[in-house]
Amino acid sequence: MNELLHRLHLDALLLFGIMTLCLFSMLVLYSAGGQETDILVKQGIRLLSGFFVMFMLAQFSPQFMRSWTPWVYSLGIILLILVLTHGVQAKGAQRWLDVFGLFRFQPSEIMKLALPLMVARFLSEYELPPRIPRLIVAAILIGVPFALIIKQPDLGTSLLIGASGFFVVFLAGIRWKYLISLTIAGVAMLPLAWYFLLHDYQKTRVLTLLNPESDPLNAGWHTIQAKIAIGSGGTYGKGWLNGTQSQLEFLPERHTDFIFAVIGEEFGLMGLLILLAAYLFITARGLYIATYGQDTFSRLLAGSLSLTFFIYVFVNIGMVSGILPVVGLPLPLISYGGTSIVTLMAGFGMIMSVQTHKKLFRHEDF
Amino acid sequence: MLRTRIKDYRSENRLFAVRAIQAIAFVLILLIILISRLVFLQVYEYDTYATLSKENRVKLVAVAPTRGIIFDRNGKVLAESQPSYSLEITPERVKDLEAAINEIAQIIPIDKLDRSRFYKIKKRRPAFEGIPLRLNMTDEEVARVAVEQHRLPGVDIVARLVRHYPQKEHAVHAIGYVGRISEQELETVDQSNYRSTNHIGKLGIEKHYEHLLHGSVGVQQVEINARGRILKKLESVAAQPGRNLHMTIDSNLQRIAEEALGEENGAVVAIEPETGDVLVFASQPGYDPNLFVNGIDHKTYNAYNTSENKPLNNRALYGRYPPGSTIKPFVALTGLETNVIQHDHNTSCPGYFRLPGDTHKYRCWKQHGHGPVDLNKSIVQSCDVFYYELARMIKIDPLHDYMKLFGFGVKTGVDLLETRHEPSGLFPSSAWKRRVKKQPWYPGETLITGIGQGFTLVTPLQLAVATATMANRGKLIKPRLVREIENIRSGEKQQIAPILVNKINIVENDHWLQVIGAMKDVIHTPRGTARRLNKDIPYTIAGKTGTAQVIGIKQNEKYDESKVLKKHQDHALFIAFAPVENPKIAVAVIVENGGHGGATAAPVAGKIIRSWLMPKIESGEIQLPTEEVEEEPDNE
Repeated sequence: MNELLHRLHLDALLLFGIMTLCLFSMLVLYSAGGQETDILVKQGIRLLSGFFVMFMLAQFSPQFMRSWTPWVYSLGIILLILVLTHGVQAKGAQRWLDVFGLFRFQPSEIMKLALPLMVARFLSEYELPPRIPRLIVAAILIGVPFALIIKQPDLGTSLLIGASGFFVVFLAGIRWKYLISLTIAGVAMLPLAWYFLLHDYQKTRVLTLLNPESDPLNAGWHTIQAKIAIGSGGTYGKGWLNGTQSQLEFLPERHTDFIFAVIGEEFGLMGLLILLAAYLFITARGLYIATYGQDTFSRLLAGSLSLTFFIYVFVNIGMVSGILPVVGLPLPLISYGGTSIVTLMAGFGMIMSVQTHKKLFRHEDF
Repeated sequence: MLRTRIKDYRSENRLFAVRAIQAIAFVLILLIILISRLVFLQVYEYDTYATLSKENRVKLVAVAPTRGIIFDRNGKVLAESQPSYSLEITPERVKDLEAAINEIAQIIPIDKLDRSRFYKIKKRRPAFEGIPLRLNMTDEEVARVAVEQHRLPGVDIVARLVRHYPQKEHAVHAIGYVGRISEQELETVDQSNYRSTNHIGKLGIEKHYEHLLHGSVGVQQVEINARGRILKKLESVAAQPGRNLHMTIDSNLQRIAEEALGEENGAVVAIEPETGDVLVFASQPGYDPNLFVNGIDHKTYNAYNTSENKPLNNRALYGRYPPGSTIKPFVALTGLETNVIQHDHNTSCPGYFRLPGDTHKYRCWKQHGHGPVDLNKSIVQSCDVFYYELARMIKIDPLHDYMKLFGFGVKTGVDLLETRHEPSGLFPSSAWKRRVKKQPWYPGETLITGIGQGFTLVTPLQLAVATATMANRGKLIKPRLVREIENIRSGEKQQIAPILVNKINIVENDHWLQVIGAMKDVIHTPRGTARRLNKDIPYTIAGKTGTAQVIGIKQNEKYDESKVLKKHQDHALFIAFAPVENPKIAVAVIVENGGHGGATAAPVAGKIIRSWLMPKIESGEIQLPTEEVEEEPDNE
């Protein structure tokens, strides 16, 4: 079985973790989506296309992906510029590109993969740890898409994409003294960002986090209701389909961004711990694969993708449980819908490629 | 060299392994933060949140705003929100749903679609909420159910507000309609404001002014019990109703235009020159917008769509027609104002015109010619040869530039849909032909442009704007369909000021008087092409007839109306404004396949002008000049 999966360029353990979460997602969606089967069918179709993309990407060797990296990155940048000039406006932001009226997509999704690829390729070409000139170029590679996405405006996505680039730099062994100076500089920039970068609605979200009761009808409503849902779940939860917060529709966005609160209410702390364990398992497996990757590029890529995956989990749960501001971000592999699921699965495909395309040495040799 | 490379790899491996361990530590720290938060919420504060959850009784219900009403200029309602009755069943009060539905089906018609929609909604709603089974019940159906209601527990008749167009197809191409919001449309609006709105403007005024008509959503806080039943209504933020719009359309005049067109396909646009108010915006045939509000059925839609008369086409806004001879007064004025000809310019019409060195005959509509023709006669009797020659003298590019000042080939910017959808029509220039057709400009094309044939295309709205500009002595006012926005809450009425788009620089006032005088003679002299209009009118009209070819006629063939299929017959056009001295109305009429403009299009304009002016003359609102004053400037 294991051997067969390996030949298909799939990693058994990672696949097991992903499938478990997907099945769990169906269970929760049935409850959160008002016990409708339509939503399950739609999600099923999305997941299947996600698995297909994962499988396809796993077939390419890391060397092949590496050779295509500059093109993908350039294409991503061009599309991000096109979004700003020709993009479709929706809900006050310009994030979508209309492809001949056939469908819409967000070029920032491409960047989620293109950026770690590009930074990994760039840093792996030279000796590690990277020196200052290299770091400056890497900062530009990260900064350009970051700025383009912030312009849309989509602060949440730009920060997460920035993080994926940062993880590459971190794993490449950036010296702690640089890292610490960067952190200090970043903290010092915060007040400037508050006044010049953040839009009013973003400021509201941050302020609402500090005092959700200040605005119980609008922005604070999500946070208050999510906290009540999670808290009232207690240790063992109210049971599947029995969450009053979610079933009586107090909880907004309960099948998309706030689905974590539904799990908390119906399955309690125990359910959440198991869920977190599953996420930890996937992240750890990804990092393990990265550590035993064949070359530096593979290692940096797989490591960054795994950490980014975890950061998505952390930000969503932090937002739903009320310790981070509300940024529209789904819970990976569980939330309903979104093009993001395809990107996520593509990332897993790349990690699997790193694991299954090793030649010459087996990792035991090291 | 090789040794150092290998050494590098080794140290890089070690470096990465260290960093991976640090990363896992970082992940674990974040996980501990999350878990402590969850333990805090679910164990430490469990009691608080459990109580809150049990007592979570305040639910927010969005309240849809009432859509603004659309009035005509006299306050007649053109679009309103009306209660529509639907039959709802509350499942928890009914023992056997299927039996209950069958019983209702004996009283009023319930079809398969009603049933499937009912069960679909039922799955999503708690059992104590009413679920609609039948929508849009007639009064009779409401009465029949009401009589039987005592033996139907759990069945209620509920009234909801639904858009209604009391005048049906009347002015439909200006008003447009609302329909159910599509997912794509939802992406372009503020979703929280449309939380409980089902309809959105799809066309016409309803679409263009959607942001004003919609209003803003209200929030009602309600107290519910642990099972979700509403116990009490708490504080609420009231919905702000949408703005009422007062259109410039005069419903009476609009109806006269629609009736005057009758069974013919065509369009009529009438404008008040001083303000740009569109008094009539008719495109015939029309359709009933009420059918579109809750989704039109396929059969009716296909019938509309495949009909040869194309009722869904908005001819007044989108129809592009060759202007034919209606363009001649404008060309004549161009000749005078650009100093190409003098006021006494004349030529001789043998029935055709030839370019030097070319055997092709550009024919006049009058086979044997008009003989000697001056400017007045060229307009009154619509001589083609005069304009072949004149256009050739002006040349195409100066002609294009001057015609642009009247709005030919330019979007009017009317407040209907987004202006980017409005066609700009076409008045050709050599640059245009090089750009679009990749061909040079040929001299013969200048000739036919001079009589409004060839490439030139105008929309009925553009033609009316050009006519109003002539009536205004060169002031092009932007046409508009809404003149007042009313906020019913504050009672505030916001008037929209007319917008002057451009003003033509008048070189010689006499030139304008000469052309307008000739247009007046079209109606008021015995040889004028629209002389029929001058019967029993106390005021004066200036006008011009036109005929636009639908099919080409061969060189030596003669156009014979009786031998041509109706759909290949010429389009009839007519433009006019009145009274000549102080114009109060400018009209453009196009009757598709109507033959000659003087015969079919002019009477339509005549009726509209009469209906608009007579009441105002009788009430003294319009002062007509006495005979002597009239003699002075016009009769030469």
